[in-house]
Amino acid sequence: MNEARHPLRLPGTAVLAALAMLFLYVPIIVLVVLSFNASDMTTIWTGFSLHWYAQALGNDTMLVAIGNSLTVAAAATVLATAAATSAALGIARSGGRVRTAVEGLLGLPLLIPEIVTAVALLMLFVLVGVRLGLMSVILAHTVFCIPFAYYPIRSRLAALDPALGEAASDLYAPAWRRFLRIELPLLAPGIFAGALLAFISSLGDFVITYFVAGPGATTLPVYIYGMIRTGITPEVNALSTLLLLASVAVVAIVFRSGTTPANQTRGEKTS
Amino acid sequence: MNDTIVAISDVSKRYAGAVQPALAGVSLDIRRNEFFTLLGPSGCGKTTLLRLIAGFGMPDSGQISLDGKLLGQTPPNLRPINTVFQSYALFPHMSVAENIGFGLEMLGQPRETVRSRVTEMLRLVRLEGMGERRPAQLSGGQQQRVALARALAPAPKVLLLDEPLSALDLKLRREMQIELKRLQTETGITFVFVTHDQEEALAMSDRLAVMRDGVVMQVGSPENLYDRPANLFVAEFIGEANFWNATCLERSGAGGRFAIGTSKAVMPVAEAQGLAEGAKAVLVVRPERITLGAAEPGLLHGTVETAVYRGSDLVVHAALAGGGELRARLPGSIAAAGLIGTATGFAFPADAVRVFPA
Ligand SMILES: Nc1ncnc2c1ncn2[C@@H]1O[C@H](COP(=O)(O)OP(=O)(O)OP(=O)(O)O)[C@@H](O)[C@H]1O
Ligand SMILES: [Mg+2]
Repeated sequence: MNEARHPLRLPGTAVLAALAMLFLYVPIIVLVVLSFNASDMTTIWTGFSLHWYAQALGNDTMLVAIGNSLTVAAAATVLATAAATSAALGIARSGGRVRTAVEGLLGLPLLIPEIVTAVALLMLFVLVGVRLGLMSVILAHTVFCIPFAYYPIRSRLAALDPALGEAASDLYAPAWRRFLRIELPLLAPGIFAGALLAFISSLGDFVITYFVAGPGATTLPVYIYGMIRTGITPEVNALSTLLLLASVAVVAIVFRSGTTPANQTRGEKTS
Repeated sequence: MNDTIVAISDVSKRYAGAVQPALAGVSLDIRRNEFFTLLGPSGCGKTTLLRLIAGFGMPDSGQISLDGKLLGQTPPNLRPINTVFQSYALFPHMSVAENIGFGLEMLGQPRETVRSRVTEMLRLVRLEGMGERRPAQLSGGQQQRVALARALAPAPKVLLLDEPLSALDLKLRREMQIELKRLQTETGITFVFVTHDQEEALAMSDRLAVMRDGVVMQVGSPENLYDRPANLFVAEFIGEANFWNATCLERSGAGGRFAIGTSKAVMPVAEAQGLAEGAKAVLVVRPERITLGAAEPGLLHGTVETAVYRGSDLVVHAALAGGGELRARLPGSIAAAGLIGTATGFAFPADAVRVFPA
């Protein structure tokens, strides 16, 4: 009853919202369904089959691409999360204007068109003489993953009572033990969430990787793009579905283990 | 046992960007094994002083020493001083026992020692059997006890407590006041306790310092501060009192005679140092020192407006004949009904009066 009187509640918004959801998810559903299609005509359904999954997983070049993707994502996640954690801790200690400025600069890359970052990184690597390969991809991914990892850590840190760290110092903990015993465990859910965002951003990235990957550093998205140029086959659908599954699995795992401690500490603050 | 454990000498501190200093030349000697209280209104610098003793921040000038040794730049983790934080600051991801054992663990005590000390502390604060709980599973009063046990466990030389009872309701607060006093006596640790509740300060302290705007106004025992306030601020801040404008009529010896307001009442005063005849002054008298007297000339006259029976005593408000008000705390045996609306004489002994220049 109350909802009907809400000033922003205009007629038709529910329909629009439903359409938007449909628009978001229909392509993905179609993709997943067609990956089980027996026909090799991508868009004509002839029957259920796991044929394309078998073919995709039997494809050695593709397996190498998956391996590269996972290597890059793992390395970039570790590096970006470590950098983001130190940034968050460092910025928290500085005050006022410095903080605002640095946080703005950290967030800006999220607004820069990806193609600009891609070209800029390529130029930098060529200029400095970094050989294009897995290493350059890892470096590039680390760079664009930092802001993704930073924000969850930062918001977790903002909710952390500074008196806890002081209490640890007061109870004879030197700086490093205080960090390991107090700050790190309490920030863990934020660090976890940041790492997850970094991992997924890295796993799915195409534009930047396409520019800075040398020969032999093909990741899954780049490989899929290469396949599409020779025509969309159901194998591409199967691959994309696997990528989707991997992302969803990571999210599910992290939310299961990550939300519980977060809720616990929040409960304590209010009591 | 009157030797000094914490010596604060001429300490000043101004926060970046602040106009007024938070502390302006504070000097205090805190004695070994005493329950010392910092009392003052909000913003007077109590927390700032406590944090400087703990090592969170350095004084701009002046020095703090512990047991005769200057603390200087010594960081908090190297000072044998523990703090009970106002927000308790219990580690939410550790059990009660881990919280209490944290200090000893950091000091490198063997696991067995830590465990037995934790058990001992749990018993001391009456939380036996709660060691495995998380802080979130405890009530406010129990969390308070854990915070106390955690700070006491390493047996610090000094325990700092920043308004540790302010988050508790009145009943629990009373209980914890007694509890704190008991813990202080049992452990023999020097307590430096911060509060802005003057009743609490009087009830608990061996000695207390009253602060205002970063300055110590008076230091002494509760009786001393209550009976012999050094200035009007302390007289007003501690306990209840009557404040009457008066004029010095005559000086004789240490004392003199003062006329209150525009009335004809002339009151003898035992001590009136520093006031010349004809000087304007403020007389301060505690309500419980006032008694009923006959309506004779020379006595303070007033009309009783309200009389509230409080069991042990009768609190009387009267309008004075020469203007101004009077508040008296009479024995409860006096009948309220006979007083209200009647013109009455009030008396007090000459030594019950404190005089300050107006
Ligand atoms: N971090 C800070 N930065 C700037 N000014 C501060 C800071 N902390 C305290 N102050 C100022 O210093 C003065 C003393 O503060 P302090 O916290 O010591 O007071 P307090 O006596 O503990 O008050 P309360 O009873 O409200 O806790 C106040 O005017 C306060 O506004
Ligand atoms: Mg304070």
